[in-house]
Amino acid sequence: MALAGHDIGFQLQGAVIVTAALVTLGALFSIRSQPEATAEELTYYYDAPIKAGIYLSLIWAMLGMFVGVWVALLLAYPELTFDYAWASLGRLRPVHTSGVIFGFGGNALIATSFHVVQRTSRTRLPDQLSPWFVLLGFNLFCLVAATGYLLGITQSKEYAEPEWYADIWLVIVWVTYLVLYLRTLARRQEPHIYVANWYYLAFILVVAVLHIINNLAVPVSFLGSKSYSLFSGVQDAMTQWWYGHNAVAFFLTSGFLGMLYYYLPKRAERPIYSYRMSIISFWGITFMYMWAGSHHLHYTALPQWVQTLGVTFSVMLLVPSWGSAGNALMTLNGAWHRVRDDATLRFMMVAAVFYGISTFEGSFMAIRPVNSLSHYTDWTIGHVHAGVLGWVAFIVFGTFYSLVPWIWHRERMYSLILIEVHFWLAIAGTIIYLIAMWNAGITQGIMWRTYNESGTLTYSFLESFVAMHPYYVARAFGGFLFLVGAALAFYNIVMTVRHVPLARNVTNDASVGPLSVPTGEATA
Amino acid sequence: MIFTLHNKIERNSIVLALGIIAVSAIGGLVEIAPLFTIDDTVEHAPDMRVYTPLELAGRNIYIREGCYACHSQMIRTLKDEVDRYGPYSRAVESQYDHPMLWGSKRTGPDLARIGEKYSDLWHTRHLVNPRDVVPQSIMPAYSWLLENELNTTDLRGNLKAMSRVGVPYEDSMINLANRDAVAQATPSSDDVAGLIARYGPATSVRVFDGDSQRVTEMDAVVAYLQILGRLTEIAHSEQSVQTDTNDNTIKAEGS
Repeated sequence: MALAGHDIGFQLQGAVIVTAALVTLGALFSIRSQPEATAEELTYYYDAPIKAGIYLSLIWAMLGMFVGVWVALLLAYPELTFDYAWASLGRLRPVHTSGVIFGFGGNALIATSFHVVQRTSRTRLPDQLSPWFVLLGFNLFCLVAATGYLLGITQSKEYAEPEWYADIWLVIVWVTYLVLYLRTLARRQEPHIYVANWYYLAFILVVAVLHIINNLAVPVSFLGSKSYSLFSGVQDAMTQWWYGHNAVAFFLTSGFLGMLYYYLPKRAERPIYSYRMSIISFWGITFMYMWAGSHHLHYTALPQWVQTLGVTFSVMLLVPSWGSAGNALMTLNGAWHRVRDDATLRFMMVAAVFYGISTFEGSFMAIRPVNSLSHYTDWTIGHVHAGVLGWVAFIVFGTFYSLVPWIWHRERMYSLILIEVHFWLAIAGTIIYLIAMWNAGITQGIMWRTYNESGTLTYSFLESFVAMHPYYVARAFGGFLFLVGAALAFYNIVMTVRHVPLARNVTNDASVGPLSVPTGEATA
Repeated sequence: MIFTLHNKIERNSIVLALGIIAVSAIGGLVEIAPLFTIDDTVEHAPDMRVYTPLELAGRNIYIREGCYACHSQMIRTLKDEVDRYGPYSRAVESQYDHPMLWGSKRTGPDLARIGEKYSDLWHTRHLVNPRDVVPQSIMPAYSWLLENELNTTDLRGNLKAMSRVGVPYEDSMINLANRDAVAQATPSSDDVAGLIARYGPATSVRVFDGDSQRVTEMDAVVAYLQILGRLTEIAHSEQSVQTDTNDNTIKAEGS
């Protein structure tokens, strides 16, 4: 690929792959050359890939959020490209979105899913090679994607920008992930599959289906990066938003609900409030989300009947969404004093609240008259970030602050004060960001549709984006606060691993022992 | 009782997995599959033409630079959008767009009908440095488009791939793609007559970037921008705009 590629972009992608493959092979070789796990080791959970996954997630968080702040600044100060092609907004934006969604979020999901499935199944991962293949293979995908964007290699499909060769590679990695997950579940020592695993399973399965169908394409050449999507026009639009909306549903929602359903009750030391509510919410989300994508295409050339179905299911989705959010918050009943004192648990609580807020906002924005104002504006950007900052990032940080001392067997996190500072930076950053984007979006939407008394449009397009400047500056500042918070988390986690003494009693979480499910009704 | 049933499902990972696939598949099947079979999903436009090789090359540069991140190409059936941008977009207009570039955000204005609204010179100057022509603009500068010679060697393969996914390129169009691309930006070329014969008399043959000596990426991008909204006249001829003072929306035809 590096040598035979037809275009320079494809050759550079090949070079990235060769380098990464050599590093990975070296890593895998060193794992294989270690003696087989002894009988004693087999009684412990296999946590090494989880630890690596946490680090990779944090590295991508730094990169993705940094590029996010940069992109935000570009909208206020367009000269910050420094005349480099790779630094223009169109190329950097997918580095930000893929970096945070797939790099930060995806690694966090893979790492925590390995942790949750072992603990709730009371079994060790079935082998030592495939978890590494999944984790490193996924990161190779992210790396090829991000470097490709900088070179201008993109399919232009939102949140599915990587070209055909990266897509095929991800399918291989993802099928391995699914098989690994099912093999682990098959070895479980518990009759029931705990609810967190349902969500992780839905995440793995549905993302595979979405990814394969949305990325069907014909490459120009097997030695070039360019391909043409199998679908065109209106069918492609519907397929892309069926994918796009459900990437939100099954990547950014199902997966992280799996995280919530395990770590929040564990941290709060309370059982899940309602097992039945979990069941209804799970199947409701799995069924209804897949209908909602067409609300991204209101008033377009998409046939009206599809738009109507989309808005109907989008509104109904509020029921299972609030079912999950309510279930999480009710679980905290009796532990509110812990929420007050423990910033880690507070991260998770805020995540559940923002999950409720952003799903309500999503259903609201799917209603046609609201969408006529909000669509194409920064309100959409605000809505997405209510979800990814307030919900996804908060649950990840809450989870990491719990998980790191558990799997590294430390007494506690390095600094509780830094967690507290991170919490307030993150919440301030999120709120500044959201208020800026809500104001920007509604201002834009209203300016675009305001008429004079004479019946002509009052504002030129130019006037509408000149009005955005203060909001774009505020948004970049909000994002910067969030980035600083994330950097503190990275520092705190590294220092925990390096300097906090080992906990005296580690057997509870380390060995394949007593059931590690936040039980209660779950196994009733 | 449903919860008793679930008690069984959640003990079997394969049943659970199959259940997730089945339940999640319904929405997509109902909403997407009929779009390929119901005939009036895409209007019939006999005058609809395909992109020339130069326009396609420009479209690929538009994709490469991520222009779609800030510019939509979909005018909605709303009165203010029709007043601002022109007739609302029809499905057939993006029939040959693999993939579509309807976009989701208007940091800049919609481009669905930008074709021939501004001169080639305006587009070239604007792309080299947007702030030269629009001082308040926040668009990035794309000065390298004027420096980079257009790579025409792959265009034949590109048209071939497009024809594989269903775009009606004839064999002669595919075989002569590279020469047609150069001809469209070189009015003095002997190949212009053939280009016009293949793509129709309305094809714009001009020195798009102001430099007749070279065919640059700027030629391709400007040629593409100038064809936007002009592949078919259907949106201009058939549209009956119903205005309702209380309702900002326009009733789309046939819905």
